[in-house]
Amino acid sequence: MKYMSEYRDPELAKKYLEEIKNTVSRPWSIMEVCGGQTHSLVKNGIIDMLPDKVTMIHGPGCPVCVTPLNLIDKAVFLALEKNVILCSFGDMLRVPGSQKSLLEAKAEGADVRVLYSPLEAVKIAQDNPDKEVVFFAVGFETTAPANALSVVHAHRSGVKNYAILASHVLVPPAIKAVIDDEESKIDGFLAAGHVCTIMGNTEYHPISATYKVPIVVTGFEPLDVLQGILMVIRQLEQSKSEVENQYARIVREEGNPEAQKVINEVFEIRNQMWRGIGEIPDSGYAVRKKYEAYDATKKYEVNIEEAPENPKCISGQIMKGIKKPFECSQFGKTCKPTNPLGAPMVSSEGACAAYYHFSGMVEA
Amino acid sequence: MSDNKNLRMQLQCPMPQLDFDVITLGHGSGGVLTNKLLDSGVFDLLKNDILEERHDGAFLELNGKTAFSTDSFLVSPIFFPGGNIGELAINGTVNDLAMCGAIPKYLSLSFIIEEGLPVKEFWEILVSIKIACENAGVQVVTGDTKVVEKGKGDKIFINTSGIGTIHPKALIGSRNIKVGDKIIISGNMASHGMAIMSVREGLEFDSEIQSDTTNLNHSVSNLIDKFGSAIHLLTDPTRGGVATVLKEIAQSTELGIDIFQKDFPINDQVASACELLGLDPLYVANEGLFIAFVSASEANAVLKTLQEDEKGKNAKIIGSVVDAHPKQVILESAIGGKRVVSMLPGEQLPRIC
Repeated sequence: MKYMSEYRDPELAKKYLEEIKNTVSRPWSIMEVCGGQTHSLVKNGIIDMLPDKVTMIHGPGCPVCVTPLNLIDKAVFLALEKNVILCSFGDMLRVPGSQKSLLEAKAEGADVRVLYSPLEAVKIAQDNPDKEVVFFAVGFETTAPANALSVVHAHRSGVKNYAILASHVLVPPAIKAVIDDEESKIDGFLAAGHVCTIMGNTEYHPISATYKVPIVVTGFEPLDVLQGILMVIRQLEQSKSEVENQYARIVREEGNPEAQKVINEVFEIRNQMWRGIGEIPDSGYAVRKKYEAYDATKKYEVNIEEAPENPKCISGQIMKGIKKPFECSQFGKTCKPTNPLGAPMVSSEGACAAYYHFSGMVEA
Repeated sequence: MSDNKNLRMQLQCPMPQLDFDVITLGHGSGGVLTNKLLDSGVFDLLKNDILEERHDGAFLELNGKTAFSTDSFLVSPIFFPGGNIGELAINGTVNDLAMCGAIPKYLSLSFIIEEGLPVKEFWEILVSIKIACENAGVQVVTGDTKVVEKGKGDKIFINTSGIGTIHPKALIGSRNIKVGDKIIISGNMASHGMAIMSVREGLEFDSEIQSDTTNLNHSVSNLIDKFGSAIHLLTDPTRGGVATVLKEIAQSTELGIDIFQKDFPINDQVASACELLGLDPLYVANEGLFIAFVSASEANAVLKTLQEDEKGKNAKIIGSVVDAHPKQVILESAIGGKRVVSMLPGEQLPRIC
């Protein structure tokens, strides 16, 4: 905590804010890619503290939000119809599928469990040999090593009743997709610090160079975010477009090679569907053939048809930064955290839910 | 909490010699087995003149305005760091009465037990109930026991109802809250919820986080003795945490509330555990904590009195009542930003990263 409190020092925050105000000379739009940063911005009231010329755009960086509808339907089906213990990270449980969420499936009697590590799921599989155990392996590059490790561990331990339902999304291709969208006008990016802890910064250099955008790898504490914003603005004001590392206390240029090794052992890169956005090339992980016995989509027969998204939900535009949550006609009216039309209203990291909870746009 | 532990070690309550190790459906039948369970355990342990009457209800004498409250307790696991469901059930209703400005006197105690509960565990719960009653100065005067089939309960559910007479100097009610009132919190936030989570989810933190379950009636009574009508409202932020309680009050009074994150009392380990799991301590459940709305002129004196009490040693003023932004709770973050505090749409779930 002492360590964390240093990154919440109000005096230092004021200094950064002053410096941001003194540096910015014209309007800039900066996207924080990660939902954790969106959460930090709104939870700490930073958005209203920034000068009017700085507009923060909330990116697609909530893996819970972008998990395809069809995959949630599959998870619900497995939990309800098969002899499955469905294990998941907590915030996946409330995300609505086309019919119901995992939380609703749990209420109907499905064995759905919240875990903090996929290795716990392997243990559950060992303890319940008469059941199939499926871990809903959702996340960015950040959670991929642990999910991959669970597969390797199950394989080495001879655990046959374990599989993962993988929905990993990768950040660099998402940044490219956002920049490539004709409607989006983003001047600079805060890249997700946690992701770079694993993958390093190297993937960002070609993006920054090609698209001429500053990318600052940024942490999640309030001072991290403020410093990241200042670094982006300094580059923009000086017409620079480089990759900088605000989160140097954690992130190394090469990332974590051991974690990358286990990811590559289990996963290969594939095209990935992003809920609300669509397919982005090379933006996800699929389980390699070597481990397909642990791939829930191959192991179990699950024929769930693709269901359409709610047409009134503009989550794709919100996640690409084209629109703000309050520009949606449904925001806070038909779409609330208690009755979400789309995923960004569900996860606490989702831009819509974060606005709803924290910005005071709507009465609870 | 710690005094409970010491008492438990001193208490000479050996488990009675019984010819059964687990509770079965027969123990809820009302027949021989029920009597065996009650006679050898509950009645002996919790004995008092009113309970000894063994009638269908209790005969009580109460003078003056009376508060009446009920609550049901279901917690998994039933034993957790710092307590168990038994003391929780006593403290919970005692505290509900205390929040009304009442001096709790008599409780009812009803068990719904799942078939298969080890008698040893039931006994341990009963002993905790006895100690909690002694600490709070209340008596169990009537009760009930039912047993449900295996799989139809979660080991044990407890309902307690309680009555107590209103303290003669108490003038408690949300209509008494005024602009300018200070909001005092009696101790560290979020300990109970995180203690439960640490065992329920199999999380192992470096240091054990303890539930804050305890009775608050003596502390509250002391404050009302000294400050009377300067205490405008008392409330305990149990489920839904501090945020939910404050939001409810703002909505019902149509007043605004400002709170300051820098002033929140919270144990370092609890704060770290919340960070780790992505949970906001403002929404995490408490058990041995109360929030007092106090007139501004007396707030510092109330705080000082509270801090002299072992249970209130970490008390802090965390905010005040304002006429700006009616019905809304506004939090000033540690770095000086402001945001609205809303109610949770459902259970708080740990974030993915």
